[in-house]
Amino acid sequence: MKHSATSRRFFIKTSALAGVGLVIGLPKLQGEALKSITKNLPPEFINLEINPFIIIRTDGSITLINPRPDMGQGSMQAAPSLLAEELEVSLEKVTIIQSDGQSKYGSQQSGGSSTVRGLWYPLRKAGAAAKEMLIQVAASRWATSTDLCFAKDATIYLKNSDKSFSYGELAEDAAKLPVPKNPKLKNPADFTLLGKYNKRLDIPSKVTGKAVFGIDIEVPGMVYACIQHSPTIHASIISVDDTQSLLVKGVQKVIRCKRTMPHRQSDAVAVVASTWWAAQKGRSLLNVKWDDGQLALTQTTDAYFQKAYEAAKKEGVRHEEKGDFLAKFNSASAKLEAVYETPFLAHAPIEPECAVVHYKEDGTAEIWAHVQGPDGGLADAARFLGIDQDKIKFHVPLLGGSFGRKAYHDYLSEACFLAKELKKPVKVLWTREDDITQGPYRPGMLSRVQGMVANGKLTGFHHHAIGESIVGQVFNGLKPDEADPWLSGELSTENNQYQFPVSKVSWTHVKTDIPIVWWRSVYASNFGWGQECFIDELAHLAGKDPLEARLAILKDERFRKVLETLAEKANWKEKLPTGKGKGLAIFASFGSISACCITVSTSGKGIIIEKAVSVIDCGHYVNPDNVVAQTQGNIVMGISAAIKDGITFSNGKCDQTNYHEYQVLRMNETPKMEVHIIQSGAEPGGVGEPGLPPVAPALGNAIFAATGIRLRKLPIDISSIS
Amino acid sequence: MAAYQLQINGKKINAEAASDMPLLWVIRDIVGLKGTKYGCGIAQCGACTVHIDGSPVRSCQIPISTLSKKAKITTIEGIGEIELHAIQEAWIEEQVPQCGYCQSGQIMSAVALLKDNPQPTDEEIVASMNGNLCRCGTYSRIHQGIKKAAIALKEGTSSPSNDK
Repeated sequence: MKHSATSRRFFIKTSALAGVGLVIGLPKLQGEALKSITKNLPPEFINLEINPFIIIRTDGSITLINPRPDMGQGSMQAAPSLLAEELEVSLEKVTIIQSDGQSKYGSQQSGGSSTVRGLWYPLRKAGAAAKEMLIQVAASRWATSTDLCFAKDATIYLKNSDKSFSYGELAEDAAKLPVPKNPKLKNPADFTLLGKYNKRLDIPSKVTGKAVFGIDIEVPGMVYACIQHSPTIHASIISVDDTQSLLVKGVQKVIRCKRTMPHRQSDAVAVVASTWWAAQKGRSLLNVKWDDGQLALTQTTDAYFQKAYEAAKKEGVRHEEKGDFLAKFNSASAKLEAVYETPFLAHAPIEPECAVVHYKEDGTAEIWAHVQGPDGGLADAARFLGIDQDKIKFHVPLLGGSFGRKAYHDYLSEACFLAKELKKPVKVLWTREDDITQGPYRPGMLSRVQGMVANGKLTGFHHHAIGESIVGQVFNGLKPDEADPWLSGELSTENNQYQFPVSKVSWTHVKTDIPIVWWRSVYASNFGWGQECFIDELAHLAGKDPLEARLAILKDERFRKVLETLAEKANWKEKLPTGKGKGLAIFASFGSISACCITVSTSGKGIIIEKAVSVIDCGHYVNPDNVVAQTQGNIVMGISAAIKDGITFSNGKCDQTNYHEYQVLRMNETPKMEVHIIQSGAEPGGVGEPGLPPVAPALGNAIFAATGIRLRKLPIDISSIS
Repeated sequence: MAAYQLQINGKKINAEAASDMPLLWVIRDIVGLKGTKYGCGIAQCGACTVHIDGSPVRSCQIPISTLSKKAKITTIEGIGEIELHAIQEAWIEEQVPQCGYCQSGQIMSAVALLKDNPQPTDEEIVASMNGNLCRCGTYSRIHQGIKKAAIALKEGTSSPSNDK
């Protein structure tokens, strides 16, 4: 068999590779990308790799590649399910592996709630194409038409006979066929896996402690590093006294290093030791003098919000406008304006930032890092190490939570920097204090909102979004006269579907040195608060019930259905005793529509959040239980963001250091929850994030309903309201 | 550095460690059992929960030198080694974990709760579990999982704690 190795390579070039571009929807592979495939594939896979996501071996074993890392959102089940549904294999009987960043897998970024909606067709087509190729081989062996063959449970059967071939028996010949360009996809009515309740296969390993997270990686000869970051994040080093650190048993070295953020680089000092405990002890004994420049004065949340509130008094840059909003607003007799505020927030995944990098003497590297996107992680690592991507073997273990954080590769940059210095495997592990005090954070934002009503109806709405821009800071990609383009995803009238005669979205960029980044549901987590509480205010001004006022300006059937279902499930019309109230909110983000109704009651000791009911229309989905789980998680994280203290900076430094100061919701604060999924059968939308934006405004509106107190600033101290 | 003899999951283990190294890091980086997790280092999150003589403790707060030689340590790897514990079964049944990172600690707290109090009330569940953070927000499923495990244990359909 050995001599056929060359011809096997030929096949992957001519048949399977041709399918990569056509079937999977990836850019056509050539040059380096092509070379990397043939080079890195184990020889036994070469002619059996039907396409990059499916590997069927002659012994019948099947491997599916999951291109989207799992941070808890369920992609390890969702993406392979899309392949398995069309390929007609059971997930229990296949091996699922995480993609490694190579370009043949296309975009591998878990983010923007994009896994299912982004892969719904490409992965199903990949599965269907493979199935058609297998059927073609079986049909030709039986000298019959493909119409008389069908696939089930990794086997091709001949109708009305006892004949069958396992996929393994067909794989070698199937790989020689051209990949069908337009394989026939199953009718959703025939799905056996998609849209059905299925237990997640990653869960057993997560109840026995066997699941391997980024922090769990250990490789032979590895050393540990704990890194002293600048308390003001961007200060430069004046001097380092490491005398005491080097006396700690196990500490090997103290190295000045760099933390590379997407937009700038910071000084840091790494303590390298034989155990992480020794490294962190060594760090605590460092005496580093920092030059903070003006950061103590400028890098404060007070200074930032002061600038933002100044901006709220002025007009911003117009992002979109329907009619002449200002003229109508000025001439309206019944109108309101207000400013809503959301704080900076940390992601605070329970697993802190961590990476293991081994830079070898021969100029190659091996990396284990819990990044959200293997492709982006690989590209950044190549840049950090100054070597080509094909010199790096990249592994992505499980992420112990992320919520956007681990797509920011500063921790990986540090591990790369140290690995190059040390030429041995090094594990960089951030402390919780690093995670909380160093950012990046969800930006604090203002929503300056204006609106008017006439004849019991909402007739105009202006949302002026004010704050630091993710596009501007992280990507350095925002011109001074330009509105942040990411606003259009969440604030445009196309997105919220409210039919106002006049409306406007505008923007003012307020810069800060505090590092920011996307956080679960990105800007929707900020602007949902201002939009949906203010719609509530306008409804009351119009003398209408908040549900009816919204329905009166919503034409879109899916939005209406979500609200009507919420009203029914949450018993919206129920008459409540004094001191009790319900509030609702609806917000569309990441291709899905989600609404939430929260019930609160007042007590002598503040507000009690009794119950949260959420409804989501995410179109087609993979696993209803996971949609429920993600939406429950969004209710918890949404309430946490609404009632727990945010991140503040004084004198250039973060005021919170660990979970005792940056508190996140606990079990005793979690209300009863109900989640309902609308079976719209629409194109798939996101699931990991859309449940969050309506939660805070539903709570704010409920507090208003119960107490008459209109709150416009998050977080809410619910203990102080009665 | 000093030599310590530990009893972890029924096995005697020798470990060389600095006297102030917390049990968490001894378990993870010296003994090599990675199921016990680091989350905060200040007993705020509960990810590092293990049992000492059957009681849940935050292993990040216990310097190895303060541990009694007789202390029987149980980590997540020692729960359900042969047959899954009722809590683990319930966690799968209720599909509790999302990212799963905090779940070793959650399970250790829950197993200890049911050992002391086989039929806890809702309030007792909250009181016992409130020290364990879950950023994914799986609290309602954890709560439900404990109730389910309690029923399974009562009806004898699942295996009880097998702390060694």
